[in-house]
Amino acid sequence: MIEVRDLNKRFGDNPVLERVSFQIEHGESVVIIGRSGGGKSVLLKLIIALLQPDSGAVLIDGQNIVGLNERQLIRVREQFGMVFQGAALFDSMTVEENVAFPLQRKGQHTPGEISRLVARTLDVVGLPGTEKKKPAELSGGMRKRVGLARAIIYEPRILLYDEPTTGLDPIVSDSIDNLIIRVRERLKVTSVVVTHDMRSARRVGQRILMLHERQIYASGTPEEFFASRDPVVRQFIDGVADPEDILF
Amino acid sequence: MNEFGQKWVVGGLVGLGQITMLAKEAVASCLTFKLAKRDLLFQIYSIGVKSQSVVLVTGAFTGMVLAAQTYFQFHKVKMDTATLAVVSVSMCSELGPVLTALMVAGRVGASMAAELGTMRVTEQIDALRTLATHPVDYLVVPRLVASLVALPILTTEAMAIGIAASYIVGVFLLGIDPAYAWWNMLKYSHDSDVQIGIIKAVVYGGIIALVGCYKGLSCGMGAEGVGRATTEAVVYASISILISNFFLTLVLEQLALILKL
Repeated sequence: MIEVRDLNKRFGDNPVLERVSFQIEHGESVVIIGRSGGGKSVLLKLIIALLQPDSGAVLIDGQNIVGLNERQLIRVREQFGMVFQGAALFDSMTVEENVAFPLQRKGQHTPGEISRLVARTLDVVGLPGTEKKKPAELSGGMRKRVGLARAIIYEPRILLYDEPTTGLDPIVSDSIDNLIIRVRERLKVTSVVVTHDMRSARRVGQRILMLHERQIYASGTPEEFFASRDPVVRQFIDGVADPEDILF
Repeated sequence: MNEFGQKWVVGGLVGLGQITMLAKEAVASCLTFKLAKRDLLFQIYSIGVKSQSVVLVTGAFTGMVLAAQTYFQFHKVKMDTATLAVVSVSMCSELGPVLTALMVAGRVGASMAAELGTMRVTEQIDALRTLATHPVDYLVVPRLVASLVALPILTTEAMAIGIAASYIVGVFLLGIDPAYAWWNMLKYSHDSDVQIGIIKAVVYGGIIALVGCYKGLSCGMGAEGVGRATTEAVVYASISILISNFFLTLVLEQLALILKL
């Protein structure tokens, strides 16, 4: 279980998160929505301790990971997989080397086993036969799939997705959503998805958390969210700009 | 001290502290002996083998110009045959290690900062961390160990080619008597000159790798951040080499005297 307690984070004079608290049960799929620059990705990075909060706690199965040093966090992060907004593939490596990377670092598999696992995982994400390609030769959607393959090959318990469908066309976005659902059902993982794509949020989320004005503003099932009459939630779902935000 | 001066001093001290912490992490990681041979060999190839041409050209022409300049001054006082002795001592204990380190800092330090900086801005370092890999283990340690191995070898090459080139210039171009030149060179050059040069090269190897990696790992966002990190890596590594050279010379020469090397 992931538990976030009274998390505060600021960059310089700019507060990003204030007293953010929520819980995510094992196997649950939670989507965090909110406006661009609202602190969603920061929240995701705090959950996996890529950033340290100013105060508050992040508990993974009861263990507070705030304040642990980088070496102590290696053990904690073995439970996590993360798909980055820009995929964050190692550009000096081929697709095969990228996907095989976590297994090679663990050193518990033979090269033959690693090759078989890589081929199988690439098949799961719909990219068979791309082993020898370099990240620069792949489209945005393919890169995200390779990023997902790299994140799931060692079967983590928790998967974090940072804007998995941003910048992709609706058809590729839909295939990524399908993949997220398939991986969740197949590996029984806890999924945390950060997005502002409401169509995607509705499809992949069992619960939606809305981040607004640095705090968790609303929480509920997708059905409750889309039926909400709250003006802030409604505005976000309908995608209506504030009058003062209209430039021309 | 004005506000700008205070910021500059504090920034410098913070940077120095962070490089020290990075060095401590890297040494602790080295002691676990988990270094991947493949990564280390690749870095030795990248730092050592690929720097050969630039180091050999630098060493050769430094030896040649030093021979010519020394000859023109010594010729006035009829000390032509001492030329190679001066070149040999200078190349071994000062110019060989310092110029090699400066050339490698320009080529390799910049490349380390740019590579690691780009990895940082494209979240590849964050990706490494999420894959339960410590960036110091995977990125810094192979570069540090490779630099510590490659710099002494490159420096020895620069010393040898510098002395050889100075011999060619002195004997065949300037007409110095080869037997006396060779005799004087052996008489006034000592083992300690070579040992001091190699010890300096090891220290400079550490400086280049640590400054390059630190600047890359801590670079600012975007292309501007990577560009600045690259420039700063070369500038700070070069300045550190020149400053540390003075103190290393004082300490090592005194040590050589005490130990009568």
